[in-house]
Amino acid sequence: MKFYIKYDFNIACKRILEEQLEKLELTGFVLGFGEVDIKEAISGEKMKLLIERLGHYGIEIVETHRSILVQKIKDAIIEMVYMEEKLPTSKISSYLAGKLNHSYGYISNLFSEVTYTSIENFIILQKTERAKQLITTGELTFTEIAWQLNYSSVAHFSTQFKNLTGLTPTAFKRIIDKRREVAKLEN
Amino acid sequence: MQNEVVHVLLADDDEDDRLFFRDAFKEIRIKTVVEIVNDGVELMDYILKPDIELPHVLFLDLNMPRKTGMECLIEIKKIEQLKNIAIAIYSTSASEEDIEDTFVKGANVYIKKPSDFATLRKLLEEVIKMNWQYHTSGLNRDNFLLSL
Repeated sequence: MKFYIKYDFNIACKRILEEQLEKLELTGFVLGFGEVDIKEAISGEKMKLLIERLGHYGIEIVETHRSILVQKIKDAIIEMVYMEEKLPTSKISSYLAGKLNHSYGYISNLFSEVTYTSIENFIILQKTERAKQLITTGELTFTEIAWQLNYSSVAHFSTQFKNLTGLTPTAFKRIIDKRREVAKLEN
Repeated sequence: MQNEVVHVLLADDDEDDRLFFRDAFKEIRIKTVVEIVNDGVELMDYILKPDIELPHVLFLDLNMPRKTGMECLIEIKKIEQLKNIAIAIYSTSASEEDIEDTFVKGANVYIKKPSDFATLRKLLEEVIKMNWQYHTSGLNRDNFLLSL
């Protein structure tokens, strides 16, 4: 027997996605336009399974959405660190989750997978860079910088600065000042 | 960073160190292409060739015959097209003063050569990652100072 079918590619694709998500116990919404929104954090293992099973149907997860989200996370962190006022004291995890509309578990997993560093480390890096900038402009004392960046004390600020850069804030300032002197002499 | 390749150049006159260095880079999670030169004179010849891919990071041994790492550092910082290469000084031991001096002269990273392989691998990975952050997150390179 031979018969003819007609099919709606979009509906087929949507059903496959929904079924596969359900099998992995994920609450997801297929938004159309090739966009899938999954509410909970996906472990690396589940993600691998999902990629494998969808691959069976010729459906490929395009990574660009991940990179776009990672860029959004970075932007949100940088914006937060560079606020004119003092850093928000509310928990950073809930701040980011709210701002990006995903659970913190999800964004933090994604961030680590794509960038090879954690959100926590990235925040420390950005705070330290901000501190370096404030040090080089020379307008604020270390105490004021520590306060503005929400460190509990100058000692805490210095320790974190040293942990990341291998230099104390004082040594850092000395090096930058000397570089400026050398540059002045050369010009 | 997953699909990017990081170009690395090492200048070191010690054969064992060169070997360790190459092996360590094979084991880190980031894709790298490693070029090696044997001393300072070779380094300057190589890096001024018009047809090479400039390294993202240059690892520079301080004690080399013919031309020392310090001499290379000073020369490189004066050459416009080489100015922005991240320079990691890679040396057996040093006083705080020596470290600060290389930073003042424009080095970005100072690594005390570790005695074991695992530490070397870890340190090199740290340098590459940090350099990558400066590369991709729009950080101010003038403030890139790292002492390991």
